[in-house]
Amino acid sequence: MGEGASGVVKKFMYVNRKAPYGTIYALESLEVVLIGAAFEQDVSLAFIDDGVYQLAKGQDTKGLGVKNFSPTFRALEDYDVTKLYVARASLEDRGLTTEDLVVPVQVVDEQEMAEIMDGQDVILSF
Amino acid sequence: MKLGILVNEGPYTHQASDTAYQFVKAALEKGHEIFRVFFYHDGVNNGTRLTAPPQDDRNMVRCWSELAEKYKLDLVVCVAAAQRRGLLDANEAKRHGKNTDNIAPGFRISGLGQLIETGIQADRLVVFGD
Repeated sequence: MGEGASGVVKKFMYVNRKAPYGTIYALESLEVVLIGAAFEQDVSLAFIDDGVYQLAKGQDTKGLGVKNFSPTFRALEDYDVTKLYVARASLEDRGLTTEDLVVPVQVVDEQEMAEIMDGQDVILSF
Repeated sequence: MKLGILVNEGPYTHQASDTAYQFVKAALEKGHEIFRVFFYHDGVNNGTRLTAPPQDDRNMVRCWSELAEKYKLDLVVCVAAAQRRGLLDANEAKRHGKNTDNIAPGFRISGLGQLIETGIQADRLVVFGD
């Protein structure tokens, strides 16, 4: 089982609502997930609104002069972070499907997302 | 209750730091415990010693420093976010070859692990951001 301080394992959810570029929230949120992985908690990620773009395939950031960090989402599996929830309406509103995303995700509707969030111990929103 | 606080925005530009400060103050006055206040993203700018706001306005950094002293709070600034934004203590300044440091009294610089630990140890983590 997990080895959080004193063996406590809590359900941590990271809520991502912002696009991958234009602000730093997406990148720095992912940095918390990666560092947090060492604490072996029960981690989920939620992608809502423009947050769904963080997972989009084919990000070309050369013009921006910033690193394309979307490959990092594929590495999450190695950190035992596999629960990625994507809001159905947010995907559809942006004309995206799971085919357009770099990793396997679970698409949920608003009610399901609310229930999943309700079951969390710690919610970090960036 | 044992509360953890996460502040994701810097002083003045967003209200987040004010709200977090008021919340922490109210919680302490009600007898709750504040396990840690963690500053991330631009929130690290709440820890600059070099702030000099107008005299007729609140001094956010001093508010936090004084509250920390009064209640022995643990105010932690994320090292990665701080490095990006130029917030250094003496050690960090030396490490990066900078000729000065600028961290305010009552704040300390540490890693993101301190935020995760706060989530684990506190009864509730409250996030203040944009």
